[in-house]
Amino acid sequence: MLKLKSPHEIKELQLCLEASETTRPCISVCAGSGCKASGADNVIASLRKELEKRNLAGTIDLKSTGCHGFCEKGPVMIVWPEKVFYNGVSQSDAKDIVASVMNGHKPVEKLLYKDPNTGERVLHEHDVPFYARQQRILFGNNGKLDPKDIRDYIKVGGYHALGHVLTDFTPEQVVESVKRSGLRGRGGAGFPTGVKWEALRKSAVRPRYIVCNADEGDPGAFMDRSLLEGNPHSVIEGIIIGGYALEAKEAYVYVRAEYPLAVEHLSVAIQQAEKAGLLGDNILGTKMSFRIHLVQGAGAFVCGEETALLASIEGKVGEPNPRPPYPVQKGLWGKPTVINNVKTWASVPVIINKGADWYASIGTERSKGTMVFSLVGKINNTGLVEVPMGITLREMIYEIGGGIPKGKKLKAIQIGGPSGGCIPASMIDLPIDYEALTQAGSMMGSGGMVVMDEDTCMVDLARYFMEFLEEESCGKCFPCREGTQRLKDILNRISQGKGTEEDLELLDDAGWMIKETSLCGLGQTAPNPVLSTLRYFRDEYEAHIRDKKCPAKVCRELIVYEIDETICDGCHACVRVCASEAILGEKDKPHEIESGKCIKCGACIEVCQPKAVLVH
Amino acid sequence: MPQVDMEKVEPLLEQYEDQRLNLIPILQDVQETYRYLPELVLRRISKKLRVPLTEVYQVATFYRCFSLVPRGKHVIQVCLGTACHVRGAPRVLDRILRDLKLPHAGTTEDLQFTVETVRCIGCCGLAPVARVDNANTHPHLTQAKVGGLLKKYQEKAEAPKAAKPDEASHAKA
Ligand SMILES: Cc1cc2nc3c(=O)[nH]c(=O)nc-3n(C[C@H](O)[C@H](O)[C@H](O)COP(=O)(O)O)c2cc1C
Repeated sequence: MLKLKSPHEIKELQLCLEASETTRPCISVCAGSGCKASGADNVIASLRKELEKRNLAGTIDLKSTGCHGFCEKGPVMIVWPEKVFYNGVSQSDAKDIVASVMNGHKPVEKLLYKDPNTGERVLHEHDVPFYARQQRILFGNNGKLDPKDIRDYIKVGGYHALGHVLTDFTPEQVVESVKRSGLRGRGGAGFPTGVKWEALRKSAVRPRYIVCNADEGDPGAFMDRSLLEGNPHSVIEGIIIGGYALEAKEAYVYVRAEYPLAVEHLSVAIQQAEKAGLLGDNILGTKMSFRIHLVQGAGAFVCGEETALLASIEGKVGEPNPRPPYPVQKGLWGKPTVINNVKTWASVPVIINKGADWYASIGTERSKGTMVFSLVGKINNTGLVEVPMGITLREMIYEIGGGIPKGKKLKAIQIGGPSGGCIPASMIDLPIDYEALTQAGSMMGSGGMVVMDEDTCMVDLARYFMEFLEEESCGKCFPCREGTQRLKDILNRISQGKGTEEDLELLDDAGWMIKETSLCGLGQTAPNPVLSTLRYFRDEYEAHIRDKKCPAKVCRELIVYEIDETICDGCHACVRVCASEAILGEKDKPHEIESGKCIKCGACIEVCQPKAVLVH
Repeated sequence: MPQVDMEKVEPLLEQYEDQRLNLIPILQDVQETYRYLPELVLRRISKKLRVPLTEVYQVATFYRCFSLVPRGKHVIQVCLGTACHVRGAPRVLDRILRDLKLPHAGTTEDLQFTVETVRCIGCCGLAPVARVDNANTHPHLTQAKVGGLLKKYQEKAEAPKAAKPDEASHAKA
């Protein structure tokens, strides 16, 4: 691509790209990590083969795009210009898909989304209930662009905001717009972004640095990954605008190494932006010079915490430091540094393009704009969901998420990553915004939303999070290092049926102590999963302690497996998978589990067709 | 101490300026090249970057993606993220460990497999998942699928095995 020499050339290039837009049909296949795992690469390969075989390579375009969000149903694709949405596509469908495009777009019926409630097939993505309630201002372009082609981004209006800012805004005006929009950081704490930027501008120390936090360590969250994979230029554009507003010359993007595809797409995008004159010296012919460096994380959850992250960029052990001084005062190499989350940066071009007031009109009184959640766990439609702030949990779970699978009952929703809290099903009408969630004992966090049904044991879940946090505690401060271990030990005890009533008081006391006295956000929030489950599900703890029972039938020490002789058809499937040779019985006769040998791995339940394996 | 092919080190180090901020990227490169961080290489890095050896070790032991002992030919990352956890990942992990006769996550004696747990690779929609060799993600795992998964890589692993005797001896050293 040619180097752009002035902000106006962005608009010219966009018009030019639009004009050269063909009316050729285009099959855009999602090639995000989720769909790739479901076989998207093979689908793309067989489509390509089919097009070549039928000599249609110049007639129908084929494109790999970023994540569409509906990972559960992958691989997914959209056929343009009709915008027909297909899901669950496999390699062998290539022929039918190509044939349908050639036959006047008569859709391939079996690949259309089937509404599980009505049984009806749905033609377009925006009519699928999963998408219908969303407002996709950050993710909307993911399904349209080839993330490795900067021209695709420019064609949909990309870098327009940057051009606008460089010609029409002073740096102060950019900060003012961001402030007026009400944008709050999307990395967890929800600090007002404009206020943070203003604080940095107060410092006279130079140079200033910009950091993009793409560590996304929360298990159960993948929105930053999807954005970097699917639309990396939107993040880059936001960072460059930030560079202008904050008068910085360098930015670092810290991406976790567990996301190889995001790393690849981001580095391609940075190179292309450099070639196009959007990064480097005198960008777009102006006086501004700006560079973006990519740094890969090395696998430490605590490195998502801002001071630890900065230490990690400097090549040190990722241990947090006390604040103040805040990074805006003393950050990278002791210089003023603004650090924001991926989605925070990607929101900036939107605010510039559509205006701060437009942005502020979305959401609630104190939580503005849209929030991206990864809706996962025991839910029918798993995937990425972008919704206006203030939507209720009910709408999320039942309208967008399509409810709980297998007719099970909703038990709780865990929001905010490992240090978030569980919200019980009874609070389903809670609106989602920063304040409401905090009040309920949870937090917005970075947007992980894990749905749990009656088969999830809350004690086990709390134990799971404590195990995670204990492992990830960096060990620098005592309350977090020792406290998370103690909490984990107690929870282990309870889940083995060895807990006592006093343990509950101890959990509560220790939990509050860790919260009050830890050095960084990890320890300060670590007890949340324990405290919130204690608050809402105390009876489950008590069942483990008093009755030595796990009501959800999860905790291994408290359950036994049994085969119901009246149901068992003697098919031997369980005998074959049993890990400990604990299942006896001849073929075609009811089997029996020898409880002394049974290690309660649950493999038999998985394979038993007539559902004869019972758990007590 | 295992023998280490030091010839690969210098060209690798040459790609980086001698700055502290390059320590982690260099270690990541070394980890990828050798499948672990050999002591001799760490000593060389310490000299070249002028970072005390203790600090190099501090970094090498802090981050999860580094290993001071050789990793297996195939690295199986079993995701234990929240979504995978509630959909049964712990049982899948147990099954993999049992099938590979590992008491806990680690490397098999024949250096064919390393089993690691990771906290979320961001494929929550397909939970539970495992990723092999940082590339192939296996979705919707069940215990019944574990055998087939291991076999797939075992077979591949068999072929070049003849060239590996020296490596096996490292493990004992
Ligand atoms: C233990 C811990 C882990 C964190 N992990 C992340 C993360 O993965 N991504 C992120 O953006 N922020 C994370 N944060 C929040 C950051 O410290 C910081 O507040 C954020 O990057 C600021 O950006 P924002 O204002 O745009 O949210 C974490 C904080 C703590 C205490």
